[in-house]
Amino acid sequence: MTLLDALIAIPAAGFLITLLLPRDNPGLVRNFTLFVSLVVFLLSLGLIGPVQENPGVMHFETNVPWIDYPAIRYHVGVDGMSLWLIILSTLLTPICILVSWNYIQKRVKEFYAFLLLLLAGVTGVFVALDLFLFYVFWEVSLVPMYFLIGVWGHDRRIYAAVKFFLFTMAGSVLMLGAIIVLYLKGGSFDLPFLLDSMAKGGLVLNPGQQFWMFLAFFVAFAVKVPLFPLHTWLPDAHGEAPTAGSIMLASVLLKLGAYGLVRVCLPLFPRVARENADWIIGLAIIGIIYGALVAMVQPNMKRLVAYSSVSHLGFVVLGIFSFTQIGLDGAVYQMLNHGISTGALFMLVGYLYERRHSLEIADFGGVSSVAPWLSVMFVVTTLASIGLPLLNNFVGEYLVLQGAAQVNFTYAVFAAIGVILSACYMLWLVQRTFYGETPHEVAHHMKDFNAREWATMLPLLALMVWMGVYSQSFIPAITASNSRTLDMTRQSAVASQPQAPGPLARLKEIFHVR
Amino acid sequence: MHQLWLIPAFPLLGFLINGIFGKKFSKRAVSLFAVGSVLLSFLWVVKTLMAISPLETLYTEHYFTWIASGAALNIGFDLSVDRLTSVMLLVVTGIGSLIHIYATGYMAHEPGPNHGGYYRFFSYLNLFMFFMLILVLAANYLLLFVGWEGVGLCSYLLIGFYFVKKSATNAGIKAFVVNRIGDFGFSLAIFLIFIQFGSLDFQKVFAQAGGLADEVQAGVITATCLLLMVGAAGKSAQVPLYVWLPDAMEGPTPVSALIHAATMVTAGVYMVARSAPLFNHAPIAMEVVAVIGLLTAVMAATIGMTQNDIKKVYAYSTVSQLGYMFLACGVGAYSAGIYHVMTHAFFKALLFLGAGSVIHALQGEQDLRNMGGLRSKIPVTFLTLLCASLAIAGFPYTSGFMSKDEILVAAHHHSPAMFWIGVITASMTAFYVWRALFLCFFGRYRGSAHPHESPLVITLPLGVLALLSILGGFFRVPVWLEPVLGKAPEGHDPALVIISVAAGLIGIFLAWLFYVAKPGLPDTFARALKGLYTLVYNKYFVDEAYDAVIIRPVVDGSRTVLWKGFDVGVVDGIVNGVGSVSRGVGGILRTLQGGSIRNYAALTLLGAVLVLAAVAFTGGAQ
Repeated sequence: MTLLDALIAIPAAGFLITLLLPRDNPGLVRNFTLFVSLVVFLLSLGLIGPVQENPGVMHFETNVPWIDYPAIRYHVGVDGMSLWLIILSTLLTPICILVSWNYIQKRVKEFYAFLLLLLAGVTGVFVALDLFLFYVFWEVSLVPMYFLIGVWGHDRRIYAAVKFFLFTMAGSVLMLGAIIVLYLKGGSFDLPFLLDSMAKGGLVLNPGQQFWMFLAFFVAFAVKVPLFPLHTWLPDAHGEAPTAGSIMLASVLLKLGAYGLVRVCLPLFPRVARENADWIIGLAIIGIIYGALVAMVQPNMKRLVAYSSVSHLGFVVLGIFSFTQIGLDGAVYQMLNHGISTGALFMLVGYLYERRHSLEIADFGGVSSVAPWLSVMFVVTTLASIGLPLLNNFVGEYLVLQGAAQVNFTYAVFAAIGVILSACYMLWLVQRTFYGETPHEVAHHMKDFNAREWATMLPLLALMVWMGVYSQSFIPAITASNSRTLDMTRQSAVASQPQAPGPLARLKEIFHVR
Repeated sequence: MHQLWLIPAFPLLGFLINGIFGKKFSKRAVSLFAVGSVLLSFLWVVKTLMAISPLETLYTEHYFTWIASGAALNIGFDLSVDRLTSVMLLVVTGIGSLIHIYATGYMAHEPGPNHGGYYRFFSYLNLFMFFMLILVLAANYLLLFVGWEGVGLCSYLLIGFYFVKKSATNAGIKAFVVNRIGDFGFSLAIFLIFIQFGSLDFQKVFAQAGGLADEVQAGVITATCLLLMVGAAGKSAQVPLYVWLPDAMEGPTPVSALIHAATMVTAGVYMVARSAPLFNHAPIAMEVVAVIGLLTAVMAATIGMTQNDIKKVYAYSTVSQLGYMFLACGVGAYSAGIYHVMTHAFFKALLFLGAGSVIHALQGEQDLRNMGGLRSKIPVTFLTLLCASLAIAGFPYTSGFMSKDEILVAAHHHSPAMFWIGVITASMTAFYVWRALFLCFFGRYRGSAHPHESPLVITLPLGVLALLSILGGFFRVPVWLEPVLGKAPEGHDPALVIISVAAGLIGIFLAWLFYVAKPGLPDTFARALKGLYTLVYNKYFVDEAYDAVIIRPVVDGSRTVLWKGFDVGVVDGIVNGVGSVSRGVGGILRTLQGGSIRNYAALTLLGAVLVLAAVAFTGGAQ
């Protein structure tokens, strides 16, 4: 058993053991699950050294048969792209447990058990190299999130949970279909094997098949990202989920979709992906602007942050389908950034909710006067989220936009509008929540951070600064892995030789005027 | 290595110390860290500049790679200095030190907990210094952008310093968002520069800019420069993005002096001057810069003549003077623009700090109509403001005269029409500044406070700045900048000098006539030109127009069309429709939704497993 296997097995075992713990001792449950998640986090740091030595290839690979017939293998591995996503997941789990410490009072045992199962599931998705295994983990991650929303959510939790389930399920059924067709054509579920066999001409798909299979995978991932117009489950899910559920949903689960695009869609269907990049980027850019505009008019904090996620994830999709090294690096980095800063935003909104028992922005005001440190942290997180330089999101957004500008300058022009709008909706939220006169209800209930809350905030704060100032700790691993992905997508691309353009044509080319 | 990084590091440290621990400190300790860090920074600037001289080319220090992706993109955390930087550094840290000292007096009596947020004020102010110094020292466009956005953040925080006041936080948001619109243009320019030159380092970009002569590159460079100007228009409050600066006066007065007069708002001028090697290859863009500058100068000056809030008068004056600086850059006299950046920093910081002293003396009164006759009551403030008013009106041999003259001569060289419009603006400038001076210090006192002179920590910086306002023009900045920015147009025509001096004196005379000799005149004029006066007094209704044409439609449209219409109506409508159809057909979901979640989930899982198994086996059978 490698370290990677342990990262799946320990939380899975933790899930089972937690279910066996006595129901009348919630303290034990909390401490146990916190301990397990911290162990997993510390162990996951052990991946960094070996992977960074050569991040372009798979490490900690295990490849053993799971089911003989049909041939499903337990094939897992980690490279530079999945490395940080795994660590993001293992870092956020103990934070989520601490966040829920007082907030969750009913069915405590099941709640924490599901958080561990969720960790096992998402880690599995990030490491699976067998498509069937990938699908299984994909579904495993779906179930606990469904329960987190449906059992521990707010008033309309059932509606939100069912909507979440239906959307994601609809997508994953399509994905399953495509996986099976691939198996029928290629004789294997094994992703590296399938890619190899495609490269050598063993597995040939006609353009129609490629298109439909690409679309099936793409829709499954796009729902999860979520890409406009498949995003409408997200505000409901976030609006109703408990704090920890929102954090895991925004920080990790949405990344499964973007990860799937890079890991599965691009290498398997490079030609179709490139051919369809234009309209996908179109949707991404619509999402960037649309998400920001709708976020601006939300009266509910969590829904506001949820729509901001639609906007931010639009940048990720834009970067991925720019098919440039810079854009793709930015996209993957932006996945991490969004995980940190939006996770922190949901956490802070949760802390506000625990105090004031409301998510309506209109119920707040003047929080700065009574809870200054909470306010400072919220403002810093806001600044990270709106892409202030020297904080994390700026690096990702810059790379994505620079990459997009290289392909088509118009893309950058429209996407950058989202950067303006992000300042509008976030600063307006800050103003209405933290500034102004302090209403009596706020003054009465709003306490500043306690030690546990500091413990959840400081790691995220440190990462926002670290990732914004010294991105070189993280990006080289991502670059190496992405450059390999891009190589795979280039094999079928034909380099065209354009004629030397005149000055006007050159200008048009840069601005993509037709 | 000359350890340039220490220059911004001192204020950063001051920010961290006061920001984290300041709440527990005494006011004296907070002041010590805040002022001390900026003074250290100033001393380090002086030391390094002397050590590195002659500074004729960029001296760069590389610290670490900030952002890199593959082999193509590598952006370093690099700082550099040359003569252009040296002027900015001295102004920023020198004036910055004076204003920090002043602020320890000005902010000493704020009401509220923690001495009215004394530590918070100074930590923001130090953070501003950090970002401003990064902006000035940056060796590439992206790092410049760091400082650029960072100073915008501090401006937002300090405008909204009195965060309980709605108008203050509104003004903060307005400043940030309007600046973001400018930054939109700036960031697009950065993308273009990288695409065109494969680097964002000043040295690499400028080295290539000279070699590219053909039309293609000229077109791209023109586009780049125009986008850079969009950024500069946001930061330096030029038409059409100037609207945030007058509102920014909601911030405490030392902030208005430091950020919204002396330093941050001149960043756009610095950026354009820094990009001179690009602009020189984009004559169309330069023409646009000149026209925008001139238009802003005139427009803001007319508004300035009608305002009654002393800080608003000076704010529009700042907008107008910034317009002069862009005019200088646009006609190719970058060094004259930077010269004016420096002299303007002296006299405009003084005007604001003096206004602060007046406001301080009158317990918060800012309306000129409630002042008057203060000459004898606060004589030091009066004398220093007199110096500043002489300088900005272009009285011979004051600092403002020297730099404005340089600009107007260059403008004349480019186009006599620009010179004449500039002269008329100079006259208006003299008029409104002296109008404020007369309304404040002459005539009879019209308020009810008990004015008293400010303490030494306030009057001392005023004195130093008064000296600089009068004599500061003798630092011959254009000569110093020649190796970096080239020679300004030759040929001093004495007639031009006489005309511009006369224009200033006429302005002063008219102000005297209107507000001292014949106090009834302004009202007569306002009545006679009622329509025009209303238009100008209401700042041409530009804010109202923006609100009606852009902000309202976007917000309302987002709410009704996008959110309630598309999201909830169309997409969810389809989904719910599909849901209800499947419910009607299958009848499965209905029973499930009636039952407990546990049943539902179990059944879903079971279903999923069954589907999987079935598919897997049929798949295997083939």
